[in-house]
Amino acid sequence: MGGFTTQFVVALTVTISLALVSGCLGTVFGLFLAISKGTALPRVNAVVTAYTTVVRGVPELLIILLIYFGGTTLASKIAGRYVEVNAFTAGVIALSVVFSGYATEVFRGAIAAVPAGQTEAAKSLGLNAWQRWVFIIGPQMLRLALPAYGNLWISLFKDTALVSIVGLTDIMRVAYVGAGSLRAPLTFYLAAAALYLSLTTVTLLSIRLAERRYPALGR
Amino acid sequence: MNLGLMFDALVVLPSGVGLTLTLTVLSLAAGFLLSVPLAFIRAFGRPGLSLAVLAYTYVIRGTPMLVQLFLLYYGLAQIEAVRASIFWVILRDPFWCALLTFSLNSAAHTTEILCRGLQSVPKGVTEAATSLGLKRFQIARLVTFPIAFRISLPAYGNEVVGMIKGSSLASTVTLLEITGMARQMVSTTFAPYEIFIVAGAIYLSLTSIAVKAIQLLERWLSTDGHPVRRRRARLRPALPDHEITTTPLP
Repeated sequence: MGGFTTQFVVALTVTISLALVSGCLGTVFGLFLAISKGTALPRVNAVVTAYTTVVRGVPELLIILLIYFGGTTLASKIAGRYVEVNAFTAGVIALSVVFSGYATEVFRGAIAAVPAGQTEAAKSLGLNAWQRWVFIIGPQMLRLALPAYGNLWISLFKDTALVSIVGLTDIMRVAYVGAGSLRAPLTFYLAAAALYLSLTTVTLLSIRLAERRYPALGR
Repeated sequence: MNLGLMFDALVVLPSGVGLTLTLTVLSLAAGFLLSVPLAFIRAFGRPGLSLAVLAYTYVIRGTPMLVQLFLLYYGLAQIEAVRASIFWVILRDPFWCALLTFSLNSAAHTTEILCRGLQSVPKGVTEAATSLGLKRFQIARLVTFPIAFRISLPAYGNEVVGMIKGSSLASTVTLLEITGMARQMVSTTFAPYEIFIVAGAIYLSLTSIAVKAIQLLERWLSTDGHPVRRRRARLRPALPDHEITTTPLP
């Protein structure tokens, strides 16, 4: 493997930070969209539905390409000179968009699965809208959403490999470069596969732990 | 936005739809055929076999499809024996490599989906079939599988959509399907926005059609095509119309 071990370590941190940043951004955005879809006007509802349909119906690779190459063009046009959007930023934006599209649907389903009696009981106790969300619907909804939400994280870690196509030096990119320079593609791609597998395994185990710690209430 | 360029893309890109659909349909079909026996083994097989299938699905589902594709396309060439064997004719061709990767991937996903369906078939149904004197294979073919298929159809719809989207990875091994055509056009016109948006719209229409088709199939299978009759049948009283005859007491 030569001196590629250190490169793989650096690439691993790049992959993990890309996934964590875009996953957290996507979660916040998805939560926001799901709440606004549940309560707001029909027009907002339609816009959110259109957003999730488009994001979930278009390949992740295409979204990454669009944001990387399109983003560069757009930023250059706005700035009036050549500006390059770096691959990490483009990856974070693209993966957050993808993650939020799926997360919106997961959270929306979970919100709908919280029994209506809970909200009514909270209203009758005199809790206001914020208190209802934070103390009543929120905790129950998050527990219900946990299994599907965990699956989103696993696909997110797998999708980070696609950002290597636009030149981000993540695990996949290091494997590609190493495979080319040492003429040992099998070794390098197997190493990359092992790294991704361990990442998804860790994610899966932590989600299982969280599921055991916070099981869905009342079932 | 350059509308003329978008129109050009709208004329050029549909020529990639054929390859996208070929890859998707063939890999879904191969994956489904492979996954049916695997799902039965995974759900009802001996613990050792079930674990072996689990290992396969776990590894495939836990690694990115891009890595698998590169492993097959670039990686296998490293082994001298592969290059010498007759499989090399297949493995050096990007199309067959992509198809093989997608099929293995789809098989792993479909196996897990069908396995969950098979496990949620009520036990009483299979017991009833056994008591009617059906053999094990007959039960699997006539009772368990049809019920499991209906249960897993919504999840399978996601897999179909995922495969349409996943086929865009074929562009990374030089295949010119929709994404490949779009990337080629972008590299000659330097107009990423217009062309990628058109490509996205084409994918969106493909996935929407797939979703609608699966929904239709679901409805068709769930009611046997006679929703009204089924509903009337359900409203009828549970007892049969004819009088219940009892043997008169002596």
